[in-house]
Amino acid sequence: MIDILSRMIRTGILTETFPAPSDASPVVEGLQKDLRNILGRALCIRHVDAGSCNGCELEIQALNNPYYNLEGVGIKFVASPRHADLLLVTGPVSANMEEALKRTLDAAPDPKLVVAVGDCGTCGGVFGTNYASRGAVSNVIPVHRTVMGCPPSPSAILEAIRSVFIEA
Amino acid sequence: MSDSFGQAIRELPSNLSCNCTRVGALNWRRAAEKLHAAGGRLLTLWGADDRDRDGRFRIYAAYLLHEGVAVFEHPMDQGANPIYPSLAEIFPCALHMERAVHDLLGIASMEPDHRGWLRHGAWPDTVFPLRREFDGNTQFAVQSQPYPFVQVEGDGVHEIAVGPVHAGTIEPGHFRFSVVGEKVLRLEERLGYTHKGVSKRFEEMPQMEGHHLAARLSGDSAVAFSWAYCAALEAITQTTCPPLAANLRALALEHERLANHLGDLGALGNDAGFAFGLTQFSRMKEDLLRINAAAFGTRYLFDFIRPGGVAADLPVSAPRLLLDHYPVLEEGVSALRSIYDNHAGLQDRFRDAGILTAETAAQLGAIGLAGRASSLPLDLRVDYPWPPYDRLEPKRVTQARGDVAARVQVRFDEIFESLRLCRTLVKEMTAGSIQVDCPPAEPHRLGLGLIEGWRGPVLIALESGPDGTIRRCHAHDPSWQNWPLLEYAILGNIVPDFPLINKSFNLSYSGHDG
Repeated sequence: MIDILSRMIRTGILTETFPAPSDASPVVEGLQKDLRNILGRALCIRHVDAGSCNGCELEIQALNNPYYNLEGVGIKFVASPRHADLLLVTGPVSANMEEALKRTLDAAPDPKLVVAVGDCGTCGGVFGTNYASRGAVSNVIPVHRTVMGCPPSPSAILEAIRSVFIEA
Repeated sequence: MSDSFGQAIRELPSNLSCNCTRVGALNWRRAAEKLHAAGGRLLTLWGADDRDRDGRFRIYAAYLLHEGVAVFEHPMDQGANPIYPSLAEIFPCALHMERAVHDLLGIASMEPDHRGWLRHGAWPDTVFPLRREFDGNTQFAVQSQPYPFVQVEGDGVHEIAVGPVHAGTIEPGHFRFSVVGEKVLRLEERLGYTHKGVSKRFEEMPQMEGHHLAARLSGDSAVAFSWAYCAALEAITQTTCPPLAANLRALALEHERLANHLGDLGALGNDAGFAFGLTQFSRMKEDLLRINAAAFGTRYLFDFIRPGGVAADLPVSAPRLLLDHYPVLEEGVSALRSIYDNHAGLQDRFRDAGILTAETAAQLGAIGLAGRASSLPLDLRVDYPWPPYDRLEPKRVTQARGDVAARVQVRFDEIFESLRLCRTLVKEMTAGSIQVDCPPAEPHRLGLGLIEGWRGPVLIALESGPDGTIRRCHAHDPSWQNWPLLEYAILGNIVPDFPLINKSFNLSYSGHDG
């Protein structure tokens, strides 16, 4: 136990102000404050991999590391679309996932915000459209916001999440 | 030259020693039996439509033997829907590959299981996307079809269906559990959900751009796949990558291994209820990704490796930065290892969970990391070293227990070994060229690229077309071999341990589905 505690103390608190200082974009107000003002509670996200190469998943997972500390600012990933305010969809949408993606959207309560992540989710990326790929997420379900990048950085994904609920 | 079947053998261009034998149907199977008896492993299976060239379909199988890779090519003469002898009785991992070949090409094995593997109803069963006459851009409305899972009957047996959308930030696939109480009697996997038609997509790309797609077959293995692609292309064009570029490629590959192992070790702690582990390892992974951004210019090295070399040299400040960071990472991982090893609650979950015995692993053809945790020592970097691994003398890491704990230990040991390799690579870095021209390959040249990624050997078989085009490109992820292992490792375990056991293998869906 003493090892664990000393490790925690040595590590300290790493959470960065949003966006991360390494980014060139100007510092915006804290995400947590926006959430509290607009939603008045936590934002629940359901991630759906609709056929991605798993690169975007790695960066979405990074959002939960201590640097970005997504749960700390009041955003959490939920296990069911029925609990979700927002779907974070990575693509391209494979034809084999088309039905599952539509059903996941159906299961989410209104207003069903959708953010498409990555070049593939935005426009089909290197896979494009073919017999097995529907390309962009917006070809299959309505999308409110896209974030480009292959994969997009965690702070770019965070910025897209912030802007979509501010605009909604 | 000829082999014991009296067939002509030709050398095949590759980064490993590789040859190709043309066989008929009888010897297709006999060769598999003989190679199996000699300890060979099935690496991959793929088909090609060569009716425009000589009126035939071809099926290929690549085996790994002590002396290198042996490819067998079986041209088929029986018209539009030919069949060939199945290898699944000899190499069980061939079953899914044969089903996939049928879905894409319409050439069937004699194995009776003809349920669609990649085809879930997104295209009609009379359409075969990899045939030459098929236009890849044709789209069909999805006709959802039932998939008959094997039913387990008896008192108190019920089914749990999971997926394709999973409860977490992971890829889609379907798991059908048959359970009694909490105990798993049977698991049947259904994959193919992320099939994006990459083989057909490759055929629309010039050779010089294929590495972009290769890097995106499985994002967590971007370096391994893009290197395998470039190795295949460089082999058929007789291009030699400059020594500095080879060093940088290996450095990128080891960084990819480090990042994935760090991520997995954290996730494994978390799946066993130890959130501290996830916090610490995800911090170390993020640190490494930021080092990547500073040294390679990008967090994930998707387009770093390209035909003839690499995209960029390290900046002047990078060697110091890297050499300063490795000891920090090493200290962090050592400390966490000691905490993991001494944490009774964690070890209670890891030990004896999801055991894959050495015998089962060998029978099923386990490969890569999961194989090494079950006493199967194969590591291409050690056994068939290509530059620069031929002078780095990487050490092999194995474990005997085959449980989650063993797969955790393999990851810990491989992190330390990777760090040692990284240090050597950075220290040896000298000025030099990072890129040579890679000319277009002559038409109809077949070459293989084989690289030990963090998950296991990834393979690209590349056949050139005229004027720098790709005629056929087959990509193979080790997940093909290792997905069926999970169906065995879970037997007799309880359902709540499935996420932990699944994570300890951490197989690729996208790399498998293609």
